[in-house]
Amino acid sequence: MAEAAESRSSRAVKDLILRYLGSSLLVLAIIWLLANFVADPGRSFTVLFQGLGNGALYALIALGYTLVYGIIELINFAHGDLFMLGSVFSGIIVVNIFGATTNTPRNWGILLVSIVLVMVMCGFINLLVERLAYRRLRRAPKLASLITAVGVSFIFQWWGQQSWMTGSTPKQWPQVVPNGGITIGSVTLAWTVMLVIAVTIPLLVLLQWIVTRTRQGRAMRATAQDQDAAMLMGIDVDRTIAFTFALGGAMAGAAGMLYLETIGTTFYGVGFQLGLIAFTAAVLGGIGNLPGAVIGGVLIGVAQAFNDGGPYGLHQQWSQTFIFAILILLMVFKPEGILGNPTVEKV
Amino acid sequence: MATTTAPKSPTSTKSARAAKSGANNRRWALIFAGAAILVFVFYQYLLPHLDQSVKSVFDSWLPISTLEESLVWIICAIGLNIVVGYAGLLDLGYVAFWAIGGYTAGWLMSSFFNNVDFSFFGVIPPQPGGIHINFWIVLVIAAAFCALWGVIIGAPTLRLKGDYLAIVTLGFGEIIPQVFYNGDCIGPACWNVSNGTQGIYPVDSMNAPKILPGMKGATLGIFDQPYKYIFFCLVAALCVFVSLRIREGRLGRAWLAIREDELAASMMGVPLMRTKLAAYAVGAAMGGFGGVIFAEYVGGVVPDRFNFSISITLLAMVVLGGMGNVWGVMVGALVLAWINATGLKQIGVTFNQVFHTSINFPANNYLLFGGILVLMMLFRRAGLFPEMRTKAVLEEDEVADDAGGTHLSDPEEVTA
Repeated sequence: MAEAAESRSSRAVKDLILRYLGSSLLVLAIIWLLANFVADPGRSFTVLFQGLGNGALYALIALGYTLVYGIIELINFAHGDLFMLGSVFSGIIVVNIFGATTNTPRNWGILLVSIVLVMVMCGFINLLVERLAYRRLRRAPKLASLITAVGVSFIFQWWGQQSWMTGSTPKQWPQVVPNGGITIGSVTLAWTVMLVIAVTIPLLVLLQWIVTRTRQGRAMRATAQDQDAAMLMGIDVDRTIAFTFALGGAMAGAAGMLYLETIGTTFYGVGFQLGLIAFTAAVLGGIGNLPGAVIGGVLIGVAQAFNDGGPYGLHQQWSQTFIFAILILLMVFKPEGILGNPTVEKV
Repeated sequence: MATTTAPKSPTSTKSARAAKSGANNRRWALIFAGAAILVFVFYQYLLPHLDQSVKSVFDSWLPISTLEESLVWIICAIGLNIVVGYAGLLDLGYVAFWAIGGYTAGWLMSSFFNNVDFSFFGVIPPQPGGIHINFWIVLVIAAAFCALWGVIIGAPTLRLKGDYLAIVTLGFGEIIPQVFYNGDCIGPACWNVSNGTQGIYPVDSMNAPKILPGMKGATLGIFDQPYKYIFFCLVAALCVFVSLRIREGRLGRAWLAIREDELAASMMGVPLMRTKLAAYAVGAAMGGFGGVIFAEYVGGVVPDRFNFSISITLLAMVVLGGMGNVWGVMVGALVLAWINATGLKQIGVTFNQVFHTSINFPANNYLLFGGILVLMMLFRRAGLFPEMRTKAVLEEDEVADDAGGTHLSDPEEVTA
């Protein structure tokens, strides 16, 4: 009895220490952000806006992770590479097929058509992979499907390496969206960032509407809660899961298009990097939670922008280390994320 | 378990199985030892006297350097097998240990720290400046250092479930090479800990006792390839021995218990934290061996070499060979390392000559490794050489599913 009480009290002390350490780290992060603003307000606002744009992109990718995780608890490792395929497709469709390279009204129309095309293509690819691989492994343990996802990620990267995609080196495509932007005082708001935000917000609203208001969305939520019970209630579980994959793939496709219009270059390895960042965002917001993914994406985008370009940042060479350090600290102090609920393992 | 079968005495089946697995292990060990010695004798004493055409075939299809490189992969794959195959913890950042081991060799066996002058049974003839410690001592230091890092990386992640664990290890696997990559200027004082992108070059040649006929000096240079190979084999044999012995012992059985059902294992009194940390530490130590040997094989350490695809290639080796089965993992590592180093290129050259095509085979290795992972998981989850324990369970258990490995099939599926 005495031993049990002792171990319980030592665990309480440990929890307390963890909580205080976590809070103090959070306070430090906020102080760091404020210090950046005090040191150079103009640059900080530019960086903040840049970060919001990146964050919107991360949010779009993170939604794919979160949707799939929410429904079948699989970290879809190949999702980032699907995003990469989307970026290459959009370059091929917009520039190689339609020949849209300059900033004209006709080309903006083409951009609008292409984004739908790319979303459909990526959604379809994700659907296909689910049908061929993940569905057969649904009853298998998680390790098997996770390794499969890693394998699919490699196959996607191989696809991106083909000479008619990007080849093995970064490939540049001309952008329709002009460079430049609006300058207010010393703050620059880039056109590309505005485009990203302008496309992302309607997509997020649409997704939220699908999940919370439609029949299909209700089926998704039911499947996420309990597959067997959902099946007994007459829900076609296979179709619902396939639909979720398609939805996530479409988000990745949209993100790929926006990425190419923002950056202008893409290559086969870009999906791995951004996919990991987006995954961090999904975990930060609470994986399985849609608004959480958006919040996480924006936070990570802003944090990364301040690290890369802020007055007190560590600069771009440490960008990945910075983000993965956030991920690891998060795992230690708050694995359930900002909006997620702490999970208790079922026996 | 079917109740109608004749009751067997549990101890007799257990001892019979142990004897069977022991005999099996002895057989495999003899095959590998025989093959290693045969290869050494062939390359050291026979090949130089053979015809030029034979030589060129071996030079292009199976040079001794490829075998040396395969040994590095084998050692690391055996280490990863302890974490993934024995304890069932998916580690996607194993390259971190490889890198740490390599840089340990770089620090302790080169003129990198040129403001100190320290030598301890080091390279012969002695060199001024830097730290020069004996290869075998560095091997031990690197293993210990990597084990420490295994615990450091493992500790915060052990509260997490499988897939989160994979991501966090992946994060570490990305951070540590980046630290080495940017390591020429760390902190406010701009310390140089790794020479940045240039890497540490050259690393001292390895010390070796003069025990084989024909050995010239006490260190092995670039022309002593077969000697290096046989000493690398010794290290690999040590790794195999350690992982086989640990598996039979208390710790190994605890790992297998955790792999098969974590909750049940903890109920039976297996200390989860300590056992998992031990898996990380032992696995990492072997990564340290691999790193030092790799530094010795290349003659230096360069940060570009340590990227994510190494972790995945190692995972593919473990999965292909059969998670948990040391011999299977060795075969898997040997095959994939050969394909990576020379096989794919040579097959491509031959294929193109025969069919008059110009397909770039090595450019498709992403498809190869990704395909291996996916196909193995879909059709043969227990690997090419399933573990003895898995097979034994499958033979006894009538309700076991046909998919293969017990640890890879959900307990729910079996009872459903």
